[in-house]
Amino acid sequence: MAQAQSQSAFFNQLKKYYTFYTGGFVAFVILLAILEQMGVPNKILGYIFLFATIGLYAGIGIMSKTADVSEYYVAGRRVPALFNGLATGADWMSAASFIGMAGTLYLTGYDGLAFVMGWTGGYCLVALFLAPYLRKFGQFTIPDFLGARYGGNIPRTIGVVAAIICSFTYVIAQIYGVGIITSRFTGLEFGVGVFVGLGGILVCSFLGGMKAVTWTQVAQYIILIVAYMIPVVWLSVKHTGNPIPQVAYGYTLQKVTEREKVLNDASTPDGAREAEVRAIFKKKQEAAEAKLNGLKEGGAAYLAEEKAKAELKLADLKAAPTPDAKAIEDAEKALKDFPKDEKAAQEAWKKAADGAKAKAGPIKAHAEAFPGKDDKARNAARKNFLALVLCLMVGTAALPHILMRYYTTPSVKEARKSVFWSLFFIFLLYFTAPALAVLVKYEVYNNLVGTSFAQLPAWVSNWAAVDKTLMAITDMNKDGLIQLAEITIGGDLIVLATPEIAGLPYVISGLVAAGGLAAALSTADGLLLTIANALSHDVYYKMIDPNAPTARRLIVSKVLLLLVAVIAAYVTSLKPGNILFLVGAAFSLAASGFFPALVMGVFWKRANKAGAILGMLGGLGVCMYYMFITYDFFGVNAPLWWDIKPIAAGLFGIPAGFIGVILGSLLTAAPSKEVQDLVDHVRYPNLEGDIKTEAA
Amino acid sequence: MQLTERHKEYWGKNLRVTSILLAIWFVVTYVFSYFAREMNEITFLGFPLGFYFGAQGSLIIYVLIIWFYARYMDKLDQEYGVHEGEEE
Repeated sequence: MAQAQSQSAFFNQLKKYYTFYTGGFVAFVILLAILEQMGVPNKILGYIFLFATIGLYAGIGIMSKTADVSEYYVAGRRVPALFNGLATGADWMSAASFIGMAGTLYLTGYDGLAFVMGWTGGYCLVALFLAPYLRKFGQFTIPDFLGARYGGNIPRTIGVVAAIICSFTYVIAQIYGVGIITSRFTGLEFGVGVFVGLGGILVCSFLGGMKAVTWTQVAQYIILIVAYMIPVVWLSVKHTGNPIPQVAYGYTLQKVTEREKVLNDASTPDGAREAEVRAIFKKKQEAAEAKLNGLKEGGAAYLAEEKAKAELKLADLKAAPTPDAKAIEDAEKALKDFPKDEKAAQEAWKKAADGAKAKAGPIKAHAEAFPGKDDKARNAARKNFLALVLCLMVGTAALPHILMRYYTTPSVKEARKSVFWSLFFIFLLYFTAPALAVLVKYEVYNNLVGTSFAQLPAWVSNWAAVDKTLMAITDMNKDGLIQLAEITIGGDLIVLATPEIAGLPYVISGLVAAGGLAAALSTADGLLLTIANALSHDVYYKMIDPNAPTARRLIVSKVLLLLVAVIAAYVTSLKPGNILFLVGAAFSLAASGFFPALVMGVFWKRANKAGAILGMLGGLGVCMYYMFITYDFFGVNAPLWWDIKPIAAGLFGIPAGFIGVILGSLLTAAPSKEVQDLVDHVRYPNLEGDIKTEAA
Repeated sequence: MQLTERHKEYWGKNLRVTSILLAIWFVVTYVFSYFAREMNEITFLGFPLGFYFGAQGSLIIYVLIIWFYARYMDKLDQEYGVHEGEEE
């Protein structure tokens, strides 16, 4: 029986397994590289990568199947710090980190660093305020702690609801990522891709719960970090001659900055051509804005007039003595896409105006912090940057699927060490992403801008053919040369296309896709398990039927897991928009709802049930209210408070949560002696005559 | 369960190290970012300093903060006799 084995023997055995595994994976990639050289088509290689990795995760999942409650919920509490760190790394890094992060940095420069800092610095809060204490408490879920510390079912229920809201919004973004990757690399349809990926997620978590998820996540981390590093290192050697991109790219950044100055200076030949293209976009912007104005004043009548104009133009073209087929086709398309009603017209023209406006101005310097046209705009940008960093950090320290991982270590000491390993493994990817962004920017600014349209690099034409939102390029001023303003790059392209930009074989592109898939699957696993556990453990076992036998608890848990997964996949296949906003919202909500009550529960003995209820509801309430009145999706569009954008709503929710806990507690009686003993219990790793809270 | 003076001293030291590390975290994150424009005037390893801190410097300090805390608390546990027994 595994339990009899000592922790150090277990650790050595794990080390051996995963070393073999890594070697095997490298051999597998080399084998595919040889197959590619022998002429196996790319599509087949894509399929092999997809099914081999999902099959591998399924294998680990099946080997880890369990019927033991403690193994199912917390992997038997024997995951060594290093391995829990690896698993947390994969659990944490989602499709957004793996594919999106470098792209965001490419597009926004310094401003994107809010995500880099926010998603790493939050671990300081996990380490200092939560992980060791939650581990000492040692039950199964985060609502467990709220239930025990504040007593009664109300704090637990609010915890369950908050956990489900933030995990569910987040899991949709992950399944969406899975769908995109599988459909792109295998040619399957998006909806089919979602369900193939879902199968991959379920085989991991269904049979073995946390135990299976942990060991799969370790395997997934190894794949994702190898996949991320290889292309960046290669690109760095190519541009700088230095294989450590994180050190080398400072000088690349200088060159990019010099190039930005040239492109923004109309007195240089390159700058003059850019200015020409910008002038064209400026005209487009003004045309779209004129239409918007017309619509505002003329309403439906104006729209009908515009439509009549478009119809007339088409008729004229057709009636011409020598009909221009291309122009007719364009005019027909314009008429077909003509907005149906005022609302659609408003949206379409606003989008056109914004799109052209973005191209009409000078390019923003990559390293410049908080750009803006005057001091007021710069100060607002700085405020929003700092507020977003705060929300992301506090949110990180409050997301239940991450905090839950620290229940799985054997001791408090290992939990502390494990936060270190977690951040270390996350750090490896996060401090590489800014380097990747700069290296790709260098390539685009120097090797793409200025070349002729007749000699487009292969990666540009390939990606432009696959997906116009990722790569679009048109010769606006018809000079036959590429200008920066003529290129439209989607953020996700940066990571996906790096292997081709660096001139690596297709097998590395397949590897990157497998890495992205690993990142999305591992996060989705952790999140689904969190939701299913909140329902099965907190709601069913703790509130509905505390006498339920073990077997029934596990069955309920598995059925719920399946149900939640199918609902999540269904919602995803409807393609809800604004994935990025959803992710941001999940962080602000978690930060406002959980963080104050959890931290005060450990650090302030006087905090009581009334305080927790008021704090959690107040935090969530303020945060949701601010999002509701300011985010344009809801259509209220009230003025912003203190210029803060809705994504950083936590800036108001977090203080509201703390004030709620303090007020509610001081206005009602102090908590009982038992609760105060519980606080002492979690504060000390080991006490003589201590009470026991750890669940089997 | 009665806490001794030594227990209270342990908790006091824990609070002290927590606040010091939190202050470092705060300065690195918010004060440095606040002055990022000014810091960008300085060049470090080829980077504008403000950008460097956002992209790398602060991350390295975060890792060190957590590493130091884990090490310090392990020692403190031993010193005050509140450490856990060896595993199994």
